[in-house]
Amino acid sequence: MTPLIEARGLTKHFSTGNALLAKHRPVVRALESVDLSIERRECFALVGESGSGKTTLGRCLMRLIEPTRGQVLLDGEDLTALRGRELRRRRRRFQMIFQDPYGSLNPRMRVSSLLEEPLAVHRLVPKEGRPRRCRELLDMVGLPASALDRFPHEFSGGQRQRIGIARALATEPEFLVADEPVSALDVSVRAQVINLLYSLQQELGLTLLFIAHDLALVEQIADRVAVMYLGRIVEVLEARHLLDAQHPYSVSLLSSVPLPDPKQRRGRIVLGGELPSATAPPSGCAFHPRCPVAQQRCREVLPTLQPLTKGGLAACHYPGELQREVVPNGTFSPQSRSEN
Amino acid sequence: MTALLDIEGLSLGFPRPGGGWNPVVRDLSFHVQRGELVGLVGESGSGKSLTALAILGLIPPPGKLLGGKILFEGTELTGLREPQWRRFRGSEISMVFQEPSTAMNPVLTIGSQIVEAIRLHRPLGKREAREEAEQLLEMVAIPEPRRRLSSYPHELSGGQRQRAMIAMALAGRPKLLLADEPTTALDVTIQAQILELLERLREELNLAVLLVSHDLAVIAETCERVLVMYAGQLVEEAPAAQLFRAPEHPYTRGLLAALPYLGRPAARGELPSIPGQVPEAEHRPSGCAFHPRCAERLDRCSLEAPPLISFEGDRRTRCFLRAIPAEEKGTTP
Repeated sequence: MTPLIEARGLTKHFSTGNALLAKHRPVVRALESVDLSIERRECFALVGESGSGKTTLGRCLMRLIEPTRGQVLLDGEDLTALRGRELRRRRRRFQMIFQDPYGSLNPRMRVSSLLEEPLAVHRLVPKEGRPRRCRELLDMVGLPASALDRFPHEFSGGQRQRIGIARALATEPEFLVADEPVSALDVSVRAQVINLLYSLQQELGLTLLFIAHDLALVEQIADRVAVMYLGRIVEVLEARHLLDAQHPYSVSLLSSVPLPDPKQRRGRIVLGGELPSATAPPSGCAFHPRCPVAQQRCREVLPTLQPLTKGGLAACHYPGELQREVVPNGTFSPQSRSEN
Repeated sequence: MTALLDIEGLSLGFPRPGGGWNPVVRDLSFHVQRGELVGLVGESGSGKSLTALAILGLIPPPGKLLGGKILFEGTELTGLREPQWRRFRGSEISMVFQEPSTAMNPVLTIGSQIVEAIRLHRPLGKREAREEAEQLLEMVAIPEPRRRLSSYPHELSGGQRQRAMIAMALAGRPKLLLADEPTTALDVTIQAQILELLERLREELNLAVLLVSHDLAVIAETCERVLVMYAGQLVEEAPAAQLFRAPEHPYTRGLLAALPYLGRPAARGELPSIPGQVPEAEHRPSGCAFHPRCAERLDRCSLEAPPLISFEGDRRTRCFLRAIPAEEKGTTP
């Protein structure tokens, strides 16, 4: 079966600086030959630090930005070759949920207009049927119909994100890109939104690309995870095997995640230095200057994604070389409280 | 021995449109000892950041102090006039913010900003101050500190800027550092570096740190004692080890349960969450502010505000459940 969405050699270079000095403009290599395929009904997560290219990849897949090279296939059809009306017609099938529910909803539009807009633009529902459809959409995301007459600022962050989700669902898309959908929300309401996304995905058979920096969250909701570093995917693995990641960058990223348990403070692999500039990525493997187990070959030869014996793919000459310290099992569990 | 910082019954508020005051922070009491790393946790609207600003005498107008005391080494800070505040700010108590790029002057070099901070507090000449600034950058582990003195804030990465910000905060040799979400804008690998730096500074300088954060995991990584705030009140206080092993207040328990734990995923679609929303300061519920969201509420929780109850020596909770013997729990819906 063809994957629902596929990227082939997707590359995006941004030019910076003064257009008059075109020759000397440094080029930001935000994405470098990314191959990716997402199966139907899958929740696929992209993780990485800021500047890793995860948002650029999400937006290239949506064709919100034009890739420099490479193809995006939706159901086997090359989206990058489409223009104008043809492209707009396909847009109904893929939608996006943004990070900031404060910035992504027009503050001057009532919820009813926010939800009717995509219905009108894509000519999906005749005018008289729209209020009913809006009520349905609100119901799907757990908001009362009375929300229709209100403005975005009258809602809390969590409710606003629900409105953003309802708007994305208005066109009955098959593929949703959620770019850090809960990182602006309070911890106590994050789980509500995550659970909602999951149940909607199940109910509507959605395929989800979940872009996040929170690895613990990704482990909870994703089927597969791709780890990005400096514009490239360095590892792809199943979310339930996330802790068995083999690429040294994934391993050190995982070991940096703070755990809500003071007994497990040890075992951090603190990486030296910071993400190098994407205008001049290091030679060979881009991670080598920060990699604790880098060798000569890593400085010279660019590793490509290769299947691992343990499953998954990693772009590393020495996968599995760096190990997290084995962390002892903690004792905290929220249910075990009645014992005291 | 008196505590380094002692806060007693602090209330802070903003004017209500129809007259009167909205208390954003209510009757808050806690202390910080010398060289101690204390975590102050809360979600949006808990009043944690306003508390930190109040400790520096920087309550944003039209907010004001409605009651209570802030004592630093036994000296009362509340009621100080602006010139007197300046003696404390920076030299006794200092602060680092979430977003260093907005807390620094973009048109001045890192060096000149640190030199300014040093000379404000100590009678040093320009050259000596510049040497001192270089040492400060070295202390916070910025590579090539001498060269970095001439850099502008935008030329540094986010992590480096936060290090420079910390260096600047240390310029007056403070005893207490207030760190308001110092790693929230940073990536996890950089966050780990900054948290290590704070721990190291505490050891080397016997610096007390009040780490204000919404992230319980960050607090668990670094702090010895934790204060949990909800809707302007302290709802729980405990040594970190106890808080995370056996959280007492239903809010703390809910918050910990809602936090995804790497390596221990919950069932798909069934992440524990706290129902409802964090209340705004103008619409705080009667009785216990948490009762509309609490799964274990009793009848009295909506009528009476629970007091802070001390137990197990150094722990405190603001919940009626603690006051009732265990067998009676769960008898009311």
